[in-house]
Amino acid sequence: MSQGQIHLDVVTPERLVFSEVVDEVILPGSEGYLGVRPGHVPLMVGLGVGELSWRRGGRQDRMAVAMGYAEILPDRVVVLAETAERAEEIDGQRALSARRRAEEMLAGNPHKQVDIEQARAAQLRAAIRISVAAKKE
Amino acid sequence: MPNTLDLKRRIRSVKNTEQLTRAMKMVAAARLRRSQEQILAARPYAHRMHEVLARLACCTDAGHHPLLAERGDERVEILVITSDRGLCGGFNSSIIRRTEAFLAEPGRSDAPLHIVGRRAADYFKGKPVTIHSSYADVFRDFSFTRAREIGQDMIQRFMKGELDAVYIIYNQFKSAIQQNVVVEKLLPLVRIEAAAAVRHEYIYEPPPEQLLDALLHRHVNVQLWAALLESNAAENGARMVAMDAATKNAGELIDKLTLQMNRIRQAAITREIIEVVSGSDALG
Repeated sequence: MSQGQIHLDVVTPERLVFSEVVDEVILPGSEGYLGVRPGHVPLMVGLGVGELSWRRGGRQDRMAVAMGYAEILPDRVVVLAETAERAEEIDGQRALSARRRAEEMLAGNPHKQVDIEQARAAQLRAAIRISVAAKKE
Repeated sequence: MPNTLDLKRRIRSVKNTEQLTRAMKMVAAARLRRSQEQILAARPYAHRMHEVLARLACCTDAGHHPLLAERGDERVEILVITSDRGLCGGFNSSIIRRTEAFLAEPGRSDAPLHIVGRRAADYFKGKPVTIHSSYADVFRDFSFTRAREIGQDMIQRFMKGELDAVYIIYNQFKSAIQQNVVVEKLLPLVRIEAAAAVRHEYIYEPPPEQLLDALLHRHVNVQLWAALLESNAAENGARMVAMDAATKNAGELIDKLTLQMNRIRQAAITREIIEVVSGSDALG
């Protein structure tokens, strides 16, 4: 690994999703998006629902991630997410129908607070996946 | 004495069974390989998670987190992991036997059960036990999300103080031909050793206490996920072995029946010859 690059690992409980050397990482922290370049101070950050993107050469790639945390070291970023899907793996139709379901659930006046929270979270996740899938190429 | 036609039918039926068991063995072998890969794939996450927890444990007051609080063994609940389908040897019965033994221990007879898999659910349905919840088809649509669903309810009730401990009984995958029934404590979590040396001085966002809280919740789910993965692999291993034995038995049975059939056929022919010979003797 040459100077000025970061090793990015994305791991979920189900598998190692991504492990490569990149130039820059932008990740959805629980307190907002943050960009990481080589030489970043060591940082432990909670991960929200959002779009994780990285730049390598002139090329930018992205994936949808949700819940977890990220460990940032000067030459390494480890993202432990509960779900992580690369743009090309996302089924646009499924994401759309998931969003519709969530919206219907919210529209249908759920009684329990838990249901509302779950539906909101599902809606957000679906929206992120749709936007990641849309930017595929 | 059975006649040859009956034996022929019998042989045909055993052959069909043999084909079936052989196919099931193949399927189980393929699934076993996949489930073993899943176990391996889950390791990096669990490993990383443990590292971070250890690091957080040394800079926070981790010992007082509610998920780590030992409250004795008064109100115990049990999570039993079996399979949805049978034909896998002693896989389910050994789990059920272990569960019965666990329930037989003093003060545990009314411990509520959480059941994964139809086999245990069917077994305990008519028994005088409390079934708190029961999940089926977990392994068909197998994902971490399912593990989280199962864990959620237990974590919430544990945090509220409605229960003191959760034990988990499952088959641990040793090798394709060996499974071990294990009883593990899922909640409260086993104390996490603080990391000895701190390599980096981290900045935390959100603050470490909050991060630790979120991580510990997830840690329970990861533990549960690991148990489900083990059980899944063990089930496929057990089924493969059981079906292999069944295929062998069917083969032996076919050989035996074929031999028997040929003997009868031979005897019939011999008898006919004797009849013809003695007939012609009588005429001559």
